[in-house]
Amino acid sequence: MASNASHRARKRALSAAHFIGLFLAMSLICLPGLWIVLNSFRPTVEIMAKPPVWIPNSLNLDHYRAMFGGVGEGGVPVLTYFRNSLIISVTSTLVALLVGMAGGYAFARYRFKGKAALFVGLMATRAVPGVALSLPLFIIMARAGIIDTHFGLILTYVALNVPFTVWLIDGFFRQVPRELAEAAEIDGCTRWQAFWRVEFPVARAGIASAGIFAFLTSWNEYALASQLTRSVNSKTMPVGLLDFTSQFTLNWGGMCALAVLMIIPALVLTFLVQKHLIAGLTFGGVKG
Amino acid sequence: MAQVQLQGIVKAYGALRVVHAIDLDIADGEFVVLVGPSGCGKSTTLRMIAGLEDISGGALRIGDRVVNDLPPRDRNISMVFQNYALYPHMTVRENLGFSLKIAKRAEAEIAKAVTEAAEILSLTPLLERKPGQLSGGQRQRVAMGRAIVRHPDVFLFDEPLSNLDAKLRTQMRVEIKKLHQRLGTTIVYVTHDQVEAMTLADRIVIMRDGRIEQIGTPLEVFETPVNTFVATFIGSPPMNLLAGRIAGGAVELADGTRLPIPPGHGAAEGRAVTFGVRADNIMPVGHALPPTAHMAEVEMEVQLSEPLGTETLLFAMLAGTEVQAKMLNPRPVPLGERLRFQISLDKCHLFDADSGVALRV
Ligand SMILES: Nc1ncnc2c1ncn2[C@@H]1O[C@H](COP(=O)(O)OP(=O)(O)O)[C@@H](O)[C@H]1O
Ligand SMILES: [Mg+2]
Repeated sequence: MASNASHRARKRALSAAHFIGLFLAMSLICLPGLWIVLNSFRPTVEIMAKPPVWIPNSLNLDHYRAMFGGVGEGGVPVLTYFRNSLIISVTSTLVALLVGMAGGYAFARYRFKGKAALFVGLMATRAVPGVALSLPLFIIMARAGIIDTHFGLILTYVALNVPFTVWLIDGFFRQVPRELAEAAEIDGCTRWQAFWRVEFPVARAGIASAGIFAFLTSWNEYALASQLTRSVNSKTMPVGLLDFTSQFTLNWGGMCALAVLMIIPALVLTFLVQKHLIAGLTFGGVKG
Repeated sequence: MAQVQLQGIVKAYGALRVVHAIDLDIADGEFVVLVGPSGCGKSTTLRMIAGLEDISGGALRIGDRVVNDLPPRDRNISMVFQNYALYPHMTVRENLGFSLKIAKRAEAEIAKAVTEAAEILSLTPLLERKPGQLSGGQRQRVAMGRAIVRHPDVFLFDEPLSNLDAKLRTQMRVEIKKLHQRLGTTIVYVTHDQVEAMTLADRIVIMRDGRIEQIGTPLEVFETPVNTFVATFIGSPPMNLLAGRIAGGAVELADGTRLPIPPGHGAAEGRAVTFGVRADNIMPVGHALPPTAHMAEVEMEVQLSEPLGTETLLFAMLAGTEVQAKMLNPRPVPLGERLRFQISLDKCHLFDADSGVALRV
């Protein structure tokens, strides 16, 4: 009995430690986000106060009001930036997914010459830091006349995302047994029907998670966008954040307000597809 | 319903040939089992019939059409896979009705066909479940249901029972046999399990290394194997093979033991041969070995006995080779006891020592 009691005590201590560990990790992840949200609602004085004020004295919407206000009073073309971000991210994600599905399927299902080399090559592109590409990209795009256009940025993000989506989707198609498509073909499908009726729906969760990753990469990307965009024509929200800096001041409150507007769509999207995301990440459960 | 005809069917992967020009005629309504050790080309052959693998050479006919270049959907066959390959995102009902839906049949017709198939295979209570919520045996039945729903010309089975436990396997074996009796559709069935082959088949096709070794009814391949490969592959325990030489009109084993040449067999004086006898046909004297016209006797030392209930398996040494024999009236056998064994010579076999081919005259 004694050992039983000590066993229980140890178990309780362990679960407490587990809980505290989780709490610390979550705080580490969430605190900066919470701090941003908090700052977007309070006056600059309080943001800058030293020592920091943790519990806000007053909350207001001043930063938001200013942001959406006229250009003179700290206003920023938020809606335009939002639209640019949305067009660029959604389009590049869709293209990256289509290419990723075609490429991933080919890697998963077919044997062809140079497959391994091609795959390694694709992955190697991920090893090059994006910023290192910014100058060559800038020069090429300037020559091609697609600086400061949606098209230029979409192209960049597709290139950035395709190796990743190919790799992820390859992994998901690999886990769909070949026999499923074969069974579908025997049941009367063409190769094409077998893909869309059986293999695609079964791998859908995985493809959705690849889509989320691609979307978030495009949505949040700053380094390349800051080089390849100039004006309201194509500036995305992350680049728009810089509008709050001037020579001598930084409008922290305004930045935080815009950052909150950036976070919301990403959160909403993640929430909407989280079921797929989780299913995608624990794909084994789908096996027939 | 249709007959299936394979004429010189070849499968090659580049320079590597895995199926060597096999010929096989399968009659309408026949249950044919392809059996052989793993890697002998059974699945490849079946998949060529299904249209899932390209045919490298020869002609394949289903019914009266040459189907070499037809895709699976135009061959009117259905197939049950080893891992069942049920569509995991569809309910059992949708799985069963899928082929009819693709064929754009009317809703009412699909519903009727699905209900009927579910009835035959007792799947009715499971119709709304997803494959993930079914046991192995239930999945197996759904896979069979999906195959029968659209009344194909030919059923193809690729080791459908090998993922089931022993008890369920026996049960499903009976269900498959009943299904065939009920539907009368041509079946080509692949397995590596000779018991499954013997119990299910109208005709057995024994394959080795991409070639057909023998085709025959279960009894034919059991009683008159064409070579030592078939002799040891079919039947359990495997046939005992004793190396010897023809001397003075009898088979002389390494230690000088002489066994008469089995009736119906013959070989020239001095030829190296293999004498084959199944455990059922060699028993200790007095153990009710059914008498045949020709009998022989040998003395062997018993090494081990395995009581199996109604019979006991004896492991004995003869001329340096382990021989398995049976004993029908079980009694304890002391290790090392020397016993006289009777052999039903009419049921024994003689093979060429080098080629393994049966030396029947
Ligand atoms: N894609 C392939 N490339 C090369 N060899 C293959 C391929 N698929 C199967 N084989 C070979 O063909 C032979 C027969 O395989 P299979 O028909 O699956 O055997 P089994 O009788 O066990 O079903 C095996 O030796 C296998 O290694
Ligand atoms: Mg096989």
